[in-house]
Formats: sequence, structure tokens, C-alpha cells
Amino acid sequence: MNAPEPFAGVISHTPVRHHILSVLVENKAGVLARIAGLFARRGFNIYSLAVAPSEGHARFSRVTIVVDAESAPLEQIVGQLDKLVNVVSITDLAPKDALERELLLASIDLDDESRGAVLDAVAGAGAAIVDVDAGRVTAMLAGTPGACDAFERSLEIFAGVELHRTGRVALPRLGRTVSERAES
Amino acid sequence: MQLTGAQALIKSLEQQGVDTVFGLPGGAILPVYDPLLDSTIRHILVRHEQGAGHMAEGFATATGRPGVAMVTSGPGATNIVTPIANAHMDSTPLVVITGQVATASIGTDAFQECDITGITMGITKHNFLVQSAQELPRAVAAAFHLATTGRPGPVLIDVPKDVSQSLMDWWYPTSVAEYDLPGYRPDVDLDEDAVAAAVALIARSQRPVLYVGGGTLKSHASAQLLAFAERTGMPIVTTLMARGAFPDSHPQHLGMPGMHGVYAAVTAIQRSDLLISLGARFDDRVTGKVSAFAPEAKVIHVDIDRAEFNKVRRADVAIQANVAAALEALDASGATPRNLDAWWGEIRSWQRQYPLVYDVPATDGPLRPQHVIESIARSSEPGTIVASGVGQHQMWAAQHWKFEEPGTWVNSGGAGTMGFGVPAAIGAKAGRPDRTVWCIDGDGCFQMTAQELVTARTEGIPIKVAILNNAYLGMVRQWQEMFYDERYSEVYLSADLPDYVKWAESMGCVGLRATNLKEMDDVISEANEINDVPVVIDFRTDVTEKVFPMVAAGASNDDIMVHPSQRGAK
Ligand SMILES: Cc1ncc(C[n+]2csc(CCOP(=O)(O)OP(=O)(O)O)c2C)c(N)n1
Ligand SMILES: [Mg+2]
Repeated sequence: MNAPEPFAGVISHTPVRHHILSVLVENKAGVLARIAGLFARRGFNIYSLAVAPSEGHARFSRVTIVVDAESAPLEQIVGQLDKLVNVVSITDLAPKDALERELLLASIDLDDESRGAVLDAVAGAGAAIVDVDAGRVTAMLAGTPGACDAFERSLEIFAGVELHRTGRVALPRLGRTVSERAES
Repeated sequence: MQLTGAQALIKSLEQQGVDTVFGLPGGAILPVYDPLLDSTIRHILVRHEQGAGHMAEGFATATGRPGVAMVTSGPGATNIVTPIANAHMDSTPLVVITGQVATASIGTDAFQECDITGITMGITKHNFLVQSAQELPRAVAAAFHLATTGRPGPVLIDVPKDVSQSLMDWWYPTSVAEYDLPGYRPDVDLDEDAVAAAVALIARSQRPVLYVGGGTLKSHASAQLLAFAERTGMPIVTTLMARGAFPDSHPQHLGMPGMHGVYAAVTAIQRSDLLISLGARFDDRVTGKVSAFAPEAKVIHVDIDRAEFNKVRRADVAIQANVAAALEALDASGATPRNLDAWWGEIRSWQRQYPLVYDVPATDGPLRPQHVIESIARSSEPGTIVASGVGQHQMWAAQHWKFEEPGTWVNSGGAGTMGFGVPAAIGAKAGRPDRTVWCIDGDGCFQMTAQELVTARTEGIPIKVAILNNAYLGMVRQWQEMFYDERYSEVYLSADLPDYVKWAESMGCVGLRATNLKEMDDVISEANEINDVPVVIDFRTDVTEKVFPMVAAGASNDDIMVHPSQRGAK
């Protein structure tokens, strides 16, 4: 028998039933390791994760985690996460209630033949050119995860693509009260 | 007042009311051992750091106060990882202090450096790497607060050597606000709606069972449980972690459920229409095959830890509360089931048909392990504390000892840590010197941590150890006999090697042996006469004896195997 494909145990597509957890944590050494370790040992899947210091307060950071609600019941994920002593609060956003945004940077080879198509793709996606040299161009797109997905796919036909995405951040959509959000 | 970090650490422990610390020094923790000489705290010098951890667990379980252990960095810290994992599984309040290399050396692979906060992240409730001497009081106060509130558990404080050597201005937190734990809110408001929903479920129920878990002991809810049980007349089962939460002598008590549970306890759960889970967590050793567990039962799940809800079994009503508060609320709202006479009729017939039984021992041996346990129990005064190792002997102790009060059963439930018994018994006796403490141990378990009897003898902690010597890793042997066609692989130990009597004597203990009924009675009496040094008894028990009832791993509780003498009747 041929060697089977190694099992990666991670997911590389947006999970169908994903949820966005906006987690306020204490800015202390090892907090990310605690979160990552918890997800690993409980078998919860993280699709993306973004961290930055939170509003106004050096003491706290905000971690935005896109979780796969297929891998474990959301209630379990939130309940276990909440037990981490450094986790201060958790806001759970269902995709329909969330304003999700992500940043994508992509460098692409440019030659006389591809130039027109590359620039069309960048313009078509509403991305901006942020860097150029003789043979390459770097484009940036800040947009919905879906727009980033589409842009990424549109670049697949080009040569020398190097692409980074930040993982998404999210806030609750405006125009709904907190209790409405909690109920949904 | 200026103190060194080491002095501040010891003084902080004193502030917490700590009177006993189990530990063993080494390079990184050396500074802390110096002020210990001037402290009122009793330090018990162990022979292996695993012993310190299990002693602290035994101390905590027997006293209801947090256990404290202190060890050095690197191998000292890794040696105590097993007890930390054990305490995490069993929600035992523990504060473990580890030395660490100096902050400037962290990350350089310095001598005896190890990332113990990293290693224990998944097996502690929380841990701290203390960055400055000034922070030590806060870390200690926070550690005790975390270990003992909410769902209790182990907390580790890692103290770099330069932190314990540098100077600080003494202070001590005076309020929880100063602990700097913005994410920790152990107090919960009882949800009145959930209580009302529970009352409604109870009112409709005809076949309820109170499924009592370790959380009932942790929240000191035995009095509330007794009141609630007697008012409602419901049958009760106590899990391995809850033995002693409700008196075994009480007529409503059916005994222990689970893989080696009493038939009536297992079957009552299976047939129940309402399970009231009190600080239990639907462990696989209780549920068997989850999809076949108590199929007709509605579930009221009481737990302080909301992550337990719907983890294994869906709860119809979840009440986040400590068990005592929840029971008081249920009682106050007059929760009452329907008439339970028919239900009790069924239960009593199961009890009559399938009591716990074992074969009568032959006069000239070998001894029956269950009979040895019952004989020790009969000769022991009320309130005797029993610790055990892990294996067949543990299950027999849980089945055949009659527990009447909280804190009298000290065992390793969730982790199943062989070698737990002897050090845990020493810790229990250190915490409750007024009580007789027996360790019911296996020959395999005894060999893992017996060296702590040197500690016990040196420190004047006279425990009694009953080795149920079946010459085997008996529990594994039982599985190989029953599920692997009697193909015995690496389970034979020998009854005579080591010589347990000589070994005991070499450790300054009294060593005794019993091979037949007369000797058994004699050595038990002799052991009961000895109150100044530890006693070890080598009971030669039947090699082939198995634990029954038994539900095979992964099988439905409906397929419970009773004792061979009861089969056919079923
Ligand atoms: C540290 C550890 N290693 C292995 C096991 C697996 N195990 C469970 S029970 C058991 C046998 C215990 O033997 P003994 O102490 O003689 O008790 P007995 O079952 O014979 O009463 C073993 C090996 C365990 N629970 N813990
Ligand atoms: Mg054995």
C-alpha cells in the first residue's frame, strides 16, 4: 500500500457553520498559547485568528477567532474558553450579525503579456496597488472575506503569486439591539 | 518592611493560613527554603516530588482545605506533573510552587530549566510565572482564590530564583479586587427560571434518581443533600468521586453507579425518568455507551462549571450553581416527585436479587480481597479515612467500605493514577492526625510510591497500609482474562518479590503478613494496636478474583455482568 496522505487536522476553507468569537483577553504573556492549547486539546478547529491591543486599554487585547462550529458545539467552545482565567469576555457573533473584514496583500509577476490582465483583476476586485518594481506589483484588498476569496481565486492564473491574508476581524452589525443579538 | 521575595512567599503562605507544605528542595527553590526555617509552617520532606503532590491532594480531600506542595525547577517540577494532572481531573484544590531559573536565564536552556507553566497549561486551572518579588503576594493570594473557588483545581506558581532573592516592600492584598483577575467570576446568580423548570420536571417524575458526583463534596452540600433526599424520598447513587457524600447506611442509598457499580444503582439510572445530576459530569466510566445511557430520563444538571452542560449528555434543565445552593433552592420551592412506591418496589427487587457478593474465602487461604476490606472496615472506628491506589483493590474498596461522612474516601478517579494511595494517605493523616487512615493498596501501586513510607516514619505520620497482594497488575489481568482470551501479557508481578514485610521494616514501619483467615484477623488487630509508626500488611489474596458487577468499556449499562454466582438468575 502506498503511504496515505499525512493527516493535517486543520481546515483551509471557511467552515460552513462558522462563528466569530470576539474575545477580550488580558495582555499577559502566554495568553495566546493558552487559547491555542485549549482549542488543540479539546479538538476545536480554528479557521482564523487575529490579535491586536484593544480599544484604549494597554491591559487588554482583542482576539478575533473564527471557529468551526461543526468541530464542536459552540456552547462547549465558549464555555471552555470562558474558563481561561485571562479571558475577560466573549462576544459570539453569528455570521449574519457580524460585520466581517479582512486584509489581503498579494504580489504578482508582471510582464508585457500579463500586465493588462493583472491590472484588470486588481481593478475589478477594487484592490489598490501599493507597491511596484520592474517585474512585480503588490496589491492590497481590504474587504469582506468573500471578496478576498474571490480576489484570491482570480489571481490563480498568474505567475509568481505570493499572498498573505490577515484573518478576519469583526464587530456586531449596527442597528440591532444587544438583546436581539443575544436571542438570535 | 523590606523582605526578600523568598520571605514574602513564605509570609504569604502564612497569611493564607497554610500550616503544612509538602516538598523537596533544590537549586532554584533554595532561597525559599531558608525563611521556611523561621516559619510556623510544617514542611514535610518527601522522597519523590510525586509524593508531595499526592500528599497535598490527600490533605485537601481529607481536610477540605487546599493542599500545598513546593518543589524545585526542571526535574523537580516535572516530577509533580502527574499529581497536578490528577488534581485537575478530580477538581482538587492545590497550590503548587515551583522554583524556576533566574529570569535572565529563561529561554537559554539553563541548568534545570523547564517550561513548567507551558507544560502544565492544560492541566492546571491557572498558572503564574512571577516576574518580580513585589508581585509575589498577589500571585499567592490569587492562586489560593482560584484553587478554592468556583470549580476547584490545581494552580501553579513558578518563581524564578532572582525573584525570590530580590527585595520587595511587604504588602498583602486585602480584597479580591487586588488579585488582578478581571476575567475570573466564580460567583453565579442562581437562575430562578431554571429552578422553576427543575421543580416542574421533578413534579412530573415517577422514577427519579439523584446522581451525586464529586461536586457535592466540593461544595460541602451533604447536609442539604440529606435534607432534600429525605424530604423527597428519592433514591441516591454516589459516584466514585462522591463516596461519603451521603451515608452508605441510609436506606435510600443504592451505592456506586458505573462500570463497577452496584446492580441496583446502575439499573435505577438506566430505568429512571429523571436524573438529577449534582456535581457529576457524566464520565464515561458512569455512562457506559452514552447513546444507551438512561434512555428515558430527562436530565436536570447542576454544576458550578457551565462547560459541563451538554458536554456529554443533553440537559433538559441546566442549573449553574454550587450543589448546596441549588439544593437549598429546590428545597425552598418544595420540589416533590410523584408517588415513588412502585419505583422503590422495583429498586428493592433489584437490590434483593443482585446484592454485592463475593465467594466465601477458604479458611486456609487465599484471602478474598473484598473480605479483607470488610474485615478492616468492621474493626475500624467511625470516621476512619480510606485512601486507595488504582485497580481492582480500588473498586473493591469503593464497593465494600461503608462510607458515612464526607472526606473519608481519598482516591484518584478521573486520572486513575497508580501509586496515588500511599502518599495520599500520608497527606490525609497529616491533615487529620485525629483520624485513623488506611490505605487499601495494590501490589503494583505500592511499588510505585512506597518510598514515601520513609517520609511517614520520619515525620511521625502513622498510616496503615493494606496491600491486597494478588501478584498481578490485577485490573489489567482481569481485562486480559475477559476480553483477550486469557492471553496474559506483562501483568505478572510475583507475590514474593519484593518481600513487602522486609521492605516495610527497612523503611522503619511494622511489616505484617497474612495468608489465611486466622492470620488476617490477627494482623488487623495488631495493626489497630499500633499508633506510633506506619504499618504495612501484605495480604495474600486470590489471584483470579475479579471485580463484579462490570460493564465492559463502551458497552451499554444494560449489559451489566453480575457476579458469576448470580448469573442464570438474570
Ligand atoms: C500510572 C499508571 N500506569 C498504568 C495504569 C494502568 N493500570 C490500571 S490498574 C493497573 C493494575 C494495578 O495493579 P495493582 O496495583 O496490583 O492493583 P490490582 O488491580 O491488582 O488490585 C494498571 C497497570 C494506571 N492506571 N496508572
Ligand atoms: Mg495487584
